[in-house]
Amino acid sequence: MDMHAHDRRRFLALGAALAATPLLSACGAGFGGDDDKSDGSAADDVTGSFDWKREKGTTVKALLNKHPYTDALIADLKSFTEKTGIKVEYDVFPEDNYFDKLTVDLSSGRASYDVFMLGAYMVWQYGPPGWLEDLGPWMRNSSATGSEWDQADFFPNLLQADQWSLKAGAPLGQGGQYALPWGWETNVVAYNTDVFKKLGLKPAETFDELRELAGTIKRKAPGAGFDGMYGIAVRGSRSWATIHPGFMTMYARNGLKDFTVEGGKLTPAMNSPEAVAFTEDWAGMVKQGGPPSWTSYTWYQCSSDLGAKKAGMLFDADTAAYFQAVEGASPASGKIAFHPGPKGPDGSLATNMWIWSLGMNAKSKKKSASWLFLQWATGKEHLLKSAITHNHIDPVRKSIADDSAYKDKMRHLPGFIETFETVVDQTKIQFTPQAQFFDATTSWASALQEIYGGQGAKSVLDGLAGDLADKVG
Amino acid sequence: MGWRLALRPYVLIVPALLLTCGILYPFGLGLYYTLFDFSASKPQPDMVRFENYEAVFTQEAFWNSAWVTVLYAVGAAAVETVLGVTVALLLHRSTIVGRVLEKILILPLMIAPVIAAIIWKLMLQPSVGVINYLLRPFGLGGVQWTDTPTGALLSSIAVDVWVYTPFVAILALAGLRSLPTSPFEAAAVDGAGWWYTFRRLTLPMLWPYVLVAVIFRFMDSLKVFDIIYALTEGGPGDSTVVLQIRAYLEAIRFQRYSFGISYTIVLWAVVYLAAMVLVKHLGKIQRKAAEAK
Repeated sequence: MDMHAHDRRRFLALGAALAATPLLSACGAGFGGDDDKSDGSAADDVTGSFDWKREKGTTVKALLNKHPYTDALIADLKSFTEKTGIKVEYDVFPEDNYFDKLTVDLSSGRASYDVFMLGAYMVWQYGPPGWLEDLGPWMRNSSATGSEWDQADFFPNLLQADQWSLKAGAPLGQGGQYALPWGWETNVVAYNTDVFKKLGLKPAETFDELRELAGTIKRKAPGAGFDGMYGIAVRGSRSWATIHPGFMTMYARNGLKDFTVEGGKLTPAMNSPEAVAFTEDWAGMVKQGGPPSWTSYTWYQCSSDLGAKKAGMLFDADTAAYFQAVEGASPASGKIAFHPGPKGPDGSLATNMWIWSLGMNAKSKKKSASWLFLQWATGKEHLLKSAITHNHIDPVRKSIADDSAYKDKMRHLPGFIETFETVVDQTKIQFTPQAQFFDATTSWASALQEIYGGQGAKSVLDGLAGDLADKVG
Repeated sequence: MGWRLALRPYVLIVPALLLTCGILYPFGLGLYYTLFDFSASKPQPDMVRFENYEAVFTQEAFWNSAWVTVLYAVGAAAVETVLGVTVALLLHRSTIVGRVLEKILILPLMIAPVIAAIIWKLMLQPSVGVINYLLRPFGLGGVQWTDTPTGALLSSIAVDVWVYTPFVAILALAGLRSLPTSPFEAAAVDGAGWWYTFRRLTLPMLWPYVLVAVIFRFMDSLKVFDIIYALTEGGPGDSTVVLQIRAYLEAIRFQRYSFGISYTIVLWAVVYLAAMVLVKHLGKIQRKAAEAK
């Protein structure tokens, strides 16, 4: 027997299987597609008077991301079941692999989950292939939607952010409603009041001041009793999530765009002379006042550093600071204040936002029950309870933002309510909607790391714009 | 009874046949998909023949990833081989310390590589990581391990070395213990020194075992994903985006399925060719070693 040939065959088979199988099986056994897509909405089948008990006895399956908002939802699920007779089964995944799980599940064309959490950016990815149910017909059908749901109570910019015509470059707020806002985050500056007091500093009103402030804290704070403290925590990992909080907010406040849209054609604009100068300044700020090992920084490290008194400031989601600021949450709790952050040259406080939204699987066989769940989860009753008794802050509904109990709860955090009220009207999605969003922003984060590493901003951003032009054009 | 006996060989190969189908079906399906422009934005794709492969090979990012993959695989396999064989030689002498260390040696192999990478990520953290804390007395406490392209690649290789050197050491140690004693006794009688014995006897006879370890480690390193993704996510810039990470990003994150699978097929071809060459070489070495014995 030829052992030599036998070994070789075994090695080759092993190599082929290990190299090819995981990715291939992830893609399922056929083109996913929208084979059974129909023009009509299942919402049209719901007639008669509105009834919470309409789908009594049904079980809805939810895919959820591990988050304090999710904790509040799960804690209140019993109320939903009591109200509707619908049982909710759920799986919770950590954020690191939540969206991969959701993407693979939706792309398989199965209805493993009827409802799920997603961000507004995901609508741009999941909407065009037909994976998301258009919730517009459900919202408009008074047989399916109770009058107390009160669509007008949502902050309009939030509802519009989940609404899109599925055409690249087309503005948000038109077309189908592919998700409902459930919880959101504005991107502002949070700072350690102790270090500001000790060094006699005040929050920056311009980007130049912010850069200077970050450097000052990094230079002076360690000598003033704040061992190892640096100036400003911002995200830096090679991920789309690096671009959307502080970076995009400041970028937008400088009047800069990611793409220009002419005649439906998108042209990358992150290499315009103004964008190049801004990006260089941002990378410079991180070098002068940012964290060591910045290229591995996600929201988690940024938030933890503020709480551990390692960061003097945080330019990120207000929730990332809130969860460190609440009493007993971290060594810095009670010493964290909020500020809208630097204004743009024209005084702009344009702010980018993240919206945790809830969506429905277009392939779900339990759409009526799923809609009742979405209606309840985004309704006033549950959201108010979650905001007051849990940590579901940054309410998507005006009535909750104005609620006295909610305000009383948030008042002890210096500047939180004022900051929220200052930026709320100027907070919106600052990116141009297009299906290649994750590719574009991941590449953008990679470019930012290269510039931080010392490469020329212009050549790096020209290269980025060139690559993206082919993909999104 | 005759028909049962006649049927038996066919029944016995059923598990192997199923296993082969389990491997070949997704492989064939993947290969088929690469001929289309299947993506989330194009769920009903068109046949594009070999355009995906053309796009892969004309992409600068592919050549960067291929280069990084080769650097990683060669670097990791080389260091692990040298260290693994050295450790095996040290442990070969049967002492109490050796026997204890032998048990401890396999501990890294019991940790999932992705967990090891996360632990190392924390240890390499410049301000709070234990590595810089230990280096601080020597004036080296400010090293930003994964912030530069070279540092990130070397750090990734270091984690791989930490996890897999024991694997090479165990294979080499098993090899050492299976070597015949008579050639060594003869060499000792003839007054051969340690270095001469090692170069002329130990290494040639051990070489087939070492090469098996090299083949496993090299092929595995070409397909690395977990360690690098957990440690650097492919950054800074594109400096540690190996082929598997590129394939994952294209197919899963960016949902360009056909294009992403094309990357995987290209990687499979690379692993296939490398395996062919190395296994052929292993056969020659095995025959030589058998003759030497």
